[in-house]
Amino acid sequence: MNAAIADQALMLAGILFVLGLISVLIRRNIIFMLISVEIMLNAAGLAFIAAGARWGQPDGQVMFVFILTMAAAEVSVGLALILQIYHQLKTLDSDAADKMHG
Amino acid sequence: MNITFIIASFVAVLATIMAITRYNLIHALLYLVISFLSIAIVFFVLGAPFVAALEIIVYAGAIVVLIIFVIMMLNLKEESVEQERIWFSRKVILGPSILSIVLLGELIYILLSHETTALTTQAVDAKSVGLSLYGPYIIGVELSGLLLMSGVVGAYHLGRQKKKVQHRFLENQTT
Repeated sequence: MNAAIADQALMLAGILFVLGLISVLIRRNIIFMLISVEIMLNAAGLAFIAAGARWGQPDGQVMFVFILTMAAAEVSVGLALILQIYHQLKTLDSDAADKMHG
Repeated sequence: MNITFIIASFVAVLATIMAITRYNLIHALLYLVISFLSIAIVFFVLGAPFVAALEIIVYAGAIVVLIIFVIMMLNLKEESVEQERIWFSRKVILGPSILSIVLLGELIYILLSHETTALTTQAVDAKSVGLSLYGPYIIGVELSGLLLMSGVVGAYHLGRQKKKVQHRFLENQTT
């Protein structure tokens, strides 16, 4: 029964990751894209927890703590970048920040 | 145990769908908090109570509050919701959704196609996580400290309000 739960948790992680991926593809608001990246990181952490629960080892939870640290650092730097973009361009449109024409 | 897991995962998926389809940022964040809380329940069912607490404290607490404070600093008006409604058109949604759902179907097919071996259920408590974190993974903890330090410095440097000066050669081309 525990292995079945681990499989279902992996499926849930896949569904959440795909929802985050869809959201980051269809949204133009930068804050929504950042939220979508958070959803995807959370789904990746859920996959790690499911794998750790499958084998009964603490390594999955250790990896989740590292993902948590990375998400916190990423969201702080990302929000600072969003503030700068909003002050420079007066919009949250991600397509507006194409001054370098990349 | 299993029924708790299924209910929590349905709530998580529904709350995430609601969160990514809202026009208003604050409504999306509230649904996101519900999604994080239900994922914390999933962690608890999977036998990871320490991580469930961390999920609530850090994700549903710190990160969402950080995003809410930035939204308050941006001081968005009513027309931003209207702008979001214009951007969120049906033909933009269709293509990425179909392609991503094809990928998801492939993943679920791979997960279902192999047989699973049953294991005895046991919770991994905070003590063993801590022993593992400060034993074999101590280098990861130190690198995380370095990452958080660079995050603090980067957020301070990027978030500082500077006088708006473009490059001196581009000064005449500013719009």
